[in-house]
Amino acid sequence: MNRKYYGKVIFELSRPGRVGYSLPKNGCEDALATIPAHLLRTKPLELPEVDEPTVVRHYNNMSTNNFGVDTGFYPLGSCTMKYNPKINEEMASLPAFTSLHPFQSADSVQGALEAYHTLQSMLSEIGGMAEFTLNPYAGAHGELTGLMVIRAYHESRGDMKRTKVIVPDSAHGTNPASAAVARLKVVEVKSLPDGTVDVEALKPLLDDTVAAVMMTNPNTVGIFEHNIPVIASLVHDCGALLYYDGANLNPLLGIARPGDMGFDVMHINLHKTFSTPHGGGGPGAGPVGVRAGLEEFLPNPRVVKCKVNDDDVFALEYKTEKGEKALGRISAWLGNFAVELRALSYILSLGRDGLKMAGPLATLNANYVKEALRDLYCLPIDRVCKHEFVFDGLADKSTGVTTLNVAKRLLDHGFHAPTIYFPLLFHESLMIEPTETESKETLDEFISVMRDIAREASETPDVVKDAPLLTPIRKPDDTAAALNPVVTFADLGA
Amino acid sequence: MSKIYYSPSHEYVKVDGNIGYVGITDYAQNALGNVVYVDMPEVGDDVEAGEDFGAVESVKAASDLIAPVSGAVVEINEHLIDNPRLINEDAMNNWIIKVELTDPAELENLMDEEAYKAHCATEQH
Repeated sequence: MNRKYYGKVIFELSRPGRVGYSLPKNGCEDALATIPAHLLRTKPLELPEVDEPTVVRHYNNMSTNNFGVDTGFYPLGSCTMKYNPKINEEMASLPAFTSLHPFQSADSVQGALEAYHTLQSMLSEIGGMAEFTLNPYAGAHGELTGLMVIRAYHESRGDMKRTKVIVPDSAHGTNPASAAVARLKVVEVKSLPDGTVDVEALKPLLDDTVAAVMMTNPNTVGIFEHNIPVIASLVHDCGALLYYDGANLNPLLGIARPGDMGFDVMHINLHKTFSTPHGGGGPGAGPVGVRAGLEEFLPNPRVVKCKVNDDDVFALEYKTEKGEKALGRISAWLGNFAVELRALSYILSLGRDGLKMAGPLATLNANYVKEALRDLYCLPIDRVCKHEFVFDGLADKSTGVTTLNVAKRLLDHGFHAPTIYFPLLFHESLMIEPTETESKETLDEFISVMRDIAREASETPDVVKDAPLLTPIRKPDDTAAALNPVVTFADLGA
Repeated sequence: MSKIYYSPSHEYVKVDGNIGYVGITDYAQNALGNVVYVDMPEVGDDVEAGEDFGAVESVKAASDLIAPVSGAVVEINEHLIDNPRLINEDAMNNWIIKVELTDPAELENLMDEEAYKAHCATEQH
């Protein structure tokens, strides 16, 4: 960790005329004459001019600036940053998968389609749903697909009045965003002081204009919505559907199923619960499941299993005939196939019994950290939590040390910061999710650092307010970055 | 003489005759942190008490603006377009929208300064 920080962009390394290749003379100069003049470039492309060793060193050095779950503890609440087992990478890298082309005929990719179909079936069993599509690219894309399924369902019954989606005030920001993209109006329902949905506040909102109610269970403060059977029957009584945001499925994995709780449509974040990597916004995968009776609304194409001469044959099904209710394509091909393979590898390598251990261990780890810190940090919801919990800043508010300061100070100790200022239920939210993959030693080290920071906040508050002190870049100006973003090297020069 | 009324969601309305200047309180700007964008309605739009009429985005979060009173928007504070940080500098004097009140009786549902201070104290831990 003592290596000098590398902070250059490739354009700074560029020297006019420097190349890392040698090409034969272009024998097609005459061909240029056949291209209309207005389609030809007038200025050369502004590409960096760099030799090969410099390019290789540049990107290798850049890669070591990254902090990931392979580098250190990453207790980012709501993101389920569990370790990504390397066997998943090995399986997804098998040439039998990587050498496929999406234009190949179905009969030449039977193995890949079987893998896809197997994951569809396994997710259906885990979610308690009738069928899954793996096509959506991310959690929010899954939400949008799910809401489109719900809208198609209401419209197929000639019920055009249902234009509202109810979301709790603790919901992920993606819920109202997905509803708005699906052209549905968002109505917020309040939470009780214990963080669960206020059923009495929900009742008067439910009428024949509601298309769906979106719930996260356990919710974003890590508490199981124990009223879910009551809520499900209220929602169904008014003719609406109940949507399950799968962001927090991890603690329930293999133990409780959204389908059994009365949810009609759900998505799963494979990059959370099923240990596929979180990229910088991708690649993710947000498969969507539906209960029996809603399968026909799932998007095209679907992978189906048929019998030919007693043999299982897998086929791609496109329902495009007039009168079909299936949504059109919501993604190219079949979603992020390589991510789906990693999730399948995770399920198969853990097996039924192994999967059932993930949730209890994640819950144990979260409660262990919570109980070890609750005397120094403000715990607004004092209950046994599931996989994550929220502190409302330091217990001692007199020092002026904020949640942001605590998060920045953690960076000095080599930990990724928890989620901060979410959920919006509290002013100083600090949301911690250790996941099941961390050892007791790692958790103890984190607890000890969090306790040191709390002590430091009382004794030398200015040190914490000045953090981070040891990172290569101290305090980026987040306000200026939002107001005047510099997004290209050219912007920097201007 | 103008009088200031406050809503539980931390908006104020400064009333002068039948005109109300609506903004967010100093407590709200302090809780939000540096404001980077203010989403405002257009002149001529109607706002309704209790409904959102825009949003304030800060480095921490985006929050809906809830109208404390109903009325027609007669002016928006255009200085906030280029310089949203004015809200952090002086929230009480950098109003967001100027509204012609349709129902001054709505003001009775709002808090005076003393009641609002007590309300803020209950939100602090």
